[in-house]
This record gives sequence, structure tokens and C-alpha cells, in this order.
Amino acid sequence: MSNIYAKITRDGLWDNNIVFVQILGMCPTMAVTSSATNGLGMGLATTFVLAASNAVIAAGRNLISPDVRIPVYIVLIASLVTLVDVSLNAFAHDLYKVLGLYIALIVANCAVLGRAEAFAGKSKVAPAALDGLMMGLGFTFALTLIGGIRELIGAGTLFANAHLLLGSAFAFLETTVIPHYKGYLLMILPPGGFLVLGFLLAGKRVLDRRLAERSARIAAEPAVA
Amino acid sequence: MGLDNLRAKLVYQGILLGSVTLLTGGALALADHATKGAIEAAKECDMKQSLTQVLPGQYDNDLLKDTVVLPGPDGDVTVYRARRAGKVEAVVFQVQGIGYAGPVVSMMGVDRDGHILGVRVIQHKETPGLGDKVDPAKTNWIHSFEGKFLGNPPADKFAVKKDGGVFDQFAGATITPRAVVKSVKGGLEFFAREKGKLLDDNPGSSAATPDGGTAARVAAAKEK
Repeated sequence: MSNIYAKITRDGLWDNNIVFVQILGMCPTMAVTSSATNGLGMGLATTFVLAASNAVIAAGRNLISPDVRIPVYIVLIASLVTLVDVSLNAFAHDLYKVLGLYIALIVANCAVLGRAEAFAGKSKVAPAALDGLMMGLGFTFALTLIGGIRELIGAGTLFANAHLLLGSAFAFLETTVIPHYKGYLLMILPPGGFLVLGFLLAGKRVLDRRLAERSARIAAEPAVA
Repeated sequence: MGLDNLRAKLVYQGILLGSVTLLTGGALALADHATKGAIEAAKECDMKQSLTQVLPGQYDNDLLKDTVVLPGPDGDVTVYRARRAGKVEAVVFQVQGIGYAGPVVSMMGVDRDGHILGVRVIQHKETPGLGDKVDPAKTNWIHSFEGKFLGNPPADKFAVKKDGGVFDQFAGATITPRAVVKSVKGGLEFFAREKGKLLDDNPGSSAATPDGGTAARVAAAKEK
């Protein structure tokens, strides 16, 4: 069984990454990744929604009639998002001021409905929750990476305002990588999101091909010797 | 397989949808109830912060509770009044102009004599790097309002330099500062028009109740 869990983990983080492979959830991906902190915050909120919605839907999968499953999924996801929205507003208000506009967008993130439809609706609770968690973490990784690159080139900093998200203990994350940097506006504006995503997608393709070639070579070698 | 047969029935689907919405609705109501207080406290704290930014100095009343609502240029304006020993020393209110990418909302503080104490843009969607220079973290531009009043500069000079006024615009972004200057001018005119009601010193209304504002308005109306 542990094999399945390992595969779920690998799929979520890399092999079937929401952003880099499934190319889902582009709206939040483009909208919030103007800084690494924003990407991280949005990613974590989405992770919570994904894991919880997957678990709830898997738990109720025998009760949910296939004919009305989509409205049921949407109602559940929308309620979870609203829960995240009000609790962020109440308990992390400064972050909410930055991300608040985008939290509601999690409902429209097709990745959440996509996982419910493709995985949670036909699997047990534990693997479904793990799938949601791993897909979410993969999403968080992608958003933080894109945000970090855009922030670095656009403003010369990394994880600016991280204390708003993680508390003042994490203020050390806030670094000015390039002092007295004039900034490169294009990267902060929407086109920067498309540019960075494009380069990262191409980069992942190249990396995956290299890895595949290498493992093929290693597999072939003993036969030659 | 009783459940499978049942799941195909229309009645079952109706009941399912109904109970799911009922359950989630209940959960949301609970969450709303649990977070309401904290959200209101956070909003109040935000409001206080933006109020104190445009109100230098010490005042001895609770600004958030000493308000008057008056009809302004774009709908009702809530005016917060700062008092010292019961006397209204300054007022704070929101003004709004149309910028490059939607409304630019500012908070402005004005003292008894109509002099501007401070202005802060609290909400805008202007282009980063161009229009957002109205933010005091980026440039000092917003401080150029301090001490100004209608008369210095005169009303026809209360505009950005491009329009023959005295306020700087930014290279590549005239629309944003123009929107702010216009809305501030509108705010000063609003103050001049409603001065009598705003500066009502009736000590009875300084009791700092949420009702204080209405009471003050009624009192002001009676005096006339």
C-alpha cells in the first residue's frame, strides 16, 4: 500500500504538478505571484482547501449521487473557501489585506474541482486527503517559485513582508538581494507572470527529458557490460 | 445494492442537495458567528491607524464613535471628529477621485480653520511604479498637501501643474495625482460648506456615543 502513497506524493509534487503539468489554476497563479510571500500564502490557503475538500468528498462518495455530484462538490468547496476567507480575515488580518481579494478565487481554481472529480470522488479518505495535501504543496511550491523569481528580478528582494504571513519569527526570511535596485516593473506586472511561467515550463520539460535519458542509459548499461 | 437504486431517484438527489446546502450553511453561520468580533476589531484597528496618520497630535475622544454622516459629493460621507476638552479641533473624512484604473480613495484630516493636516491614499489600483507614487512609502508627494487650504493656493490653482495649478505630477502619470488633488479640493469645499455642522461644539454631543453624531446634527439644526 505504501507504494500508492509514494506515487500520490510524487504525482502531486512533481510528476502531475497542478501548475507545471496540469496547467490548472492559472488565475491565482498569475494574479498573486508578484512576490514570494504572496505565492506562499495563496499556496497554503489552497492546500488547506484541497486537502479538506478531497477528504470530505471522499468520505461522502457513496452518498453523493453521480447525477448531482458537480453541484454538491461546488457547494462543499465554496463553503470551505468561505471558511478560509473569514478565518484569515479574523486571525491574519494583515495578510488578508494582501490576499483577501484572491481567496475567493480559490473556488474558481479548477484544480480543486479537478481533484474532486478525478481522484477524491472514487477513492478512500486517507489517500484522497494525501492527494489534496500533496497537490496543494506542489501548487504552493510552484507559486512560491514563480513569485520568488518575479520578486527577485522585479524588486530585488525575496520574501518581503514574510512576517505578515508567518509571524515576526520569520522576519529573517526577508532579504534584500540587490540593494539600491531600481526595480524591473515588467516582472511585477502581469506579463512577468506569463514570462516566468513559460520559462519554468520549458525548463521542467528539459529537466524531465534529461532525467529520463539518464535513467534509460543506466538501465541499458548493465546489458552492454 | 439498495443505495445504488436510491441514488438514481430524483427525490434522493433533491434531498441530498438540500441536506448538503443545509449542513454547509449551518457551518458557515457558525464560522461567521465565531469570527465576527475579531473581524470587526481588526477593521476598527485599521480605521484607527489610517485616522491617526492624517491627524497629528493628541485628542482626547474616541474618534470612531464621534461621527457625523453628511451628504457629500459622492454619496454620504462619514466624518470623524477629533476633540480636545469637548471642542472639535479637527475632522477626518474619506474622499474619492477617479484615477487611471478605477477609484482612488483618500483619507484627509482638516483642522478647524480648514487647513489640511494630512492626506493618505488608502485604496487604489494604479500602475505600480508610476501612479503608486502617491504612497508615502515611495515618495513624499502626498505630504505636499499639508498646511494647504482653499485660498492657499486659490481655488483655480488647486490643481496639478499641468492644469495650471501648484501640485507636482509624476513623470508618466498625471491622472493619478490629478485624481487625488481633485478629490482633496472637493473635500475642502465639502468642509467649507458643512463647517457649521461639523464643528458643532455642543458638549452634550461629545458624550462619545454612537448616537452622538445624530444628536449633534439635530442640535445644529435647532440652532439655525
